[in-house]
Amino acid sequence: MSEYVLEMLNISKEYSGNQVLKDVTIRVKPGEIHALLGENGAGKSTLMNILFGMPVISSTGGFGGRVLIDGEESKITSPNDAIHAGIGMVHQEFMLIPGFTVTENIKLNREIGRPNLASRVFGKSMEILDFEAMAKDAEAALRKVGMDIDAYTMVAGLPVGHMQFIEIAREVDKKGIKLLVFDEPTAVLTEQEAATLIKAMKELAASGIAILFITHRLDEVINAADQITILRDGTQVADLAVADATVPKLAELMIGREMDRSELGDPRDLTQEPVVLSVKNLTVDMPGETVKGVNLEVHKGEIFGIGGLAGQGKLGIPNGIMGMYPAEGTVSFEGEAIELNNTKEALHRGLAFVSEDRRGVGLLLEESIEDNIVFSAMQSKGEYLHRFGPFSLKNTGKIRRHAQEMIKLLDIRCTGPGQYTGRLSGGNQQKVCVAKAITLGPKLLFVSEPTRGIDIGAKKLVLDFLSRLNREEGVTVVMVSSELVELKSICDRIAIICEGKVEAIMKPTDSDVDFGLAMSGYQMKEKGGAEGGEN
Amino acid sequence: MEKIKRGLKSFGLPRIIILLFFVFLCVMAIVRDLNFPSLLSNVIARMPMDGVLVLAMVPGILCGIGLNFGVSIGIIAGLLGMTISMEMGATGLVGFAVAILISTVFSSLFGYGYGAALNRMKGSEMTVSTYVGFSVVALMCMGWALLPFKNNNMVYAMGAGLRPTIALDGYYNKILDDFGVFTVGGITIPTGSILFLLGMCFLVWLFLRSKTGIAMRAAGQNPLFAEASGISVNKMRIVGTVLSTVIGGIGIIVYSQSYGFMQLYNAPRMMAFSAIAAVLIGGASANKASISNVLLGVFLFQGILVLGLPVVNDVFQVQNLSEIMRIIITNGIIIYALTRVKGGTSRG
Repeated sequence: MSEYVLEMLNISKEYSGNQVLKDVTIRVKPGEIHALLGENGAGKSTLMNILFGMPVISSTGGFGGRVLIDGEESKITSPNDAIHAGIGMVHQEFMLIPGFTVTENIKLNREIGRPNLASRVFGKSMEILDFEAMAKDAEAALRKVGMDIDAYTMVAGLPVGHMQFIEIAREVDKKGIKLLVFDEPTAVLTEQEAATLIKAMKELAASGIAILFITHRLDEVINAADQITILRDGTQVADLAVADATVPKLAELMIGREMDRSELGDPRDLTQEPVVLSVKNLTVDMPGETVKGVNLEVHKGEIFGIGGLAGQGKLGIPNGIMGMYPAEGTVSFEGEAIELNNTKEALHRGLAFVSEDRRGVGLLLEESIEDNIVFSAMQSKGEYLHRFGPFSLKNTGKIRRHAQEMIKLLDIRCTGPGQYTGRLSGGNQQKVCVAKAITLGPKLLFVSEPTRGIDIGAKKLVLDFLSRLNREEGVTVVMVSSELVELKSICDRIAIICEGKVEAIMKPTDSDVDFGLAMSGYQMKEKGGAEGGEN
Repeated sequence: MEKIKRGLKSFGLPRIIILLFFVFLCVMAIVRDLNFPSLLSNVIARMPMDGVLVLAMVPGILCGIGLNFGVSIGIIAGLLGMTISMEMGATGLVGFAVAILISTVFSSLFGYGYGAALNRMKGSEMTVSTYVGFSVVALMCMGWALLPFKNNNMVYAMGAGLRPTIALDGYYNKILDDFGVFTVGGITIPTGSILFLLGMCFLVWLFLRSKTGIAMRAAGQNPLFAEASGISVNKMRIVGTVLSTVIGGIGIIVYSQSYGFMQLYNAPRMMAFSAIAAVLIGGASANKASISNVLLGVFLFQGILVLGLPVVNDVFQVQNLSEIMRIIITNGIIIYALTRVKGGTSRG
């Protein structure tokens, strides 16, 4: 028997030339709670995909390094193998069947049956279910995770917190479970529920199960973990015992990257300029990115950054203002209120939006680059058309000339303006999206995750272009990004969104510690510490 | 070589097979000493005859409702247009024009309602439209019997209800087919009908390059993209549905003038299927279609049917085999195309 239940040694992985994990080593002992900490895109999910043998890994060329389970080379090539090897995963999104009872969900596919005549002839699938035995098991598992609900309750309609615990109980109920992976389990829980969960985790660990705890809530890490591994940009920046860790230290390690403002100079203070965009009490119902009452003011000529961790609601802000998801509240642009949930009006008023969902929202993948670029301007402003009374026809000459100009300006690598956007690389697709937005001639440009999933060269080009657009054309830019470094490198002010609200408005020059704390929502709790004192 | 390979790939394996089959039928027809020029004339006559109905599929596919199995609604409007124009006593080119005009009024109204209904059933349009088509045909079976038409050329001799088959002699029988018709090497070319079909294709092509046409295509291809540019996807789907219905109505009028008869009651029930099969053979799918798909498709589909019938009858002396083959080809092609459909087009 090895000292460690899981060892992942020198793991490396690249996706088509893009290094996402580099030489990462994690060792987990039985009964240990091991926290895995990192920003979005730091490589946490890829690491877990490797552990569970997800097909996405092997289909993209496998990985480098070794995975040992109980000291033996792992033979996991599918999630099913992982279950047999005693590794369970508690998902961030619930994988429960709403119309089934708690018991049925917990015992799904591992039902206890009573043999009968039919089952002797036709096999196990004909057995009658032994609900009593199943409920007993389910209740035992639920008790283990500190949960007290009737095992015969229907899952539909239960509070989110309960669902999370059922999900965990299902993993706990599996025989021979050695290692449980918790993927941001507290993200959807209330503070009270989170505390119960942490308690349950500790009890599970005490019973000898090792726990790999993925989270970005720093206080929980300090509270629950024994050992902490921090990833940043695919490299392992720290592996330390909880005794050596403090919240500020973790925050700094998680983010700590150099920012380069050498070309742009220091952030400007434009707060004396008139307010162009004022957002009051904005709520947006965007699944996974709910906004719960945001107040913001953006000044003329600014590059305003909106940051925060995934799922906290930063993406909901531009999507809500542009009418992509149902929104409520007051948004005024240049002093006049904008009708919400009306994309056309927003475009008319001079707002433009580069969506974070390039392929889903940003592009027509089966149309040419040029048709994509002029589409919004044509539809909302009637440009690039020949007019014949009530009839119109697209002005192919003008479209071609404009597209060629944009291709040159943004350095879009393509075979020509007629190439389908679906055939372009991610970076070049993003450039087409940006070209589409600026063809509208906007006064204010929202860009959402402009550099997600694109290579470094294209990243720099897009960011440079945005700052040039701001400096030379006077376009106010609101940039939403999960990459703090990026925000710090071009923004004048940065709002950090946490749990659907503005946590803090910060200067790019503020320290990584402060940013890290704000992103984890730690600041608010510290300032208004009166409410939830028990942490 | 690389270029040829790529060209063949974009042409698509199904079309290559069907084209080879068509060539095979041509060879068989000649080998078996059938009257090849007359058969070919028949193919050429049937192309513009069915072409407009096939064209009706294009706006439907592009706006996102998929294959418009409910084009029977347009066909009913077209039949209404023809019966009313005949009742009015309009003959010749005027009669033809009046029929199209009345048909367009009806098909716009029907198409609007039908489009609005489809907007409430996103994701299952094709299933819904099939049954809507069937129901409307069944409903109109009563209509044809009950509507108070008086024209003796149309109603039963006993004086009530329209006859199932109405000859267009003296009205606009072959009005397009006979316009500028000429014969080369035993092959008759119905100039007027061909020009009409090409004219309709040109109009649709122009529409697809207009502001509304471009918006409609975007709404069909990627509803989220269209919404993000401030386009009402539902409105665009209605535009496409109306257009498909209107063209369907014109299509049946063109079809009837070429055929020489209009057929009421259950006749329109399966017409959508041949039109759909033709556009699919031409290379369209449930979410992509072009004018060239229509022209190529109607040529191949009619070519196989027209040539296949006598060839098969000549080779196997079995009664009705050609009809069986027609059904197998039509429905086989539709099934093949439906297996290629990727998911729903709706937002959810």
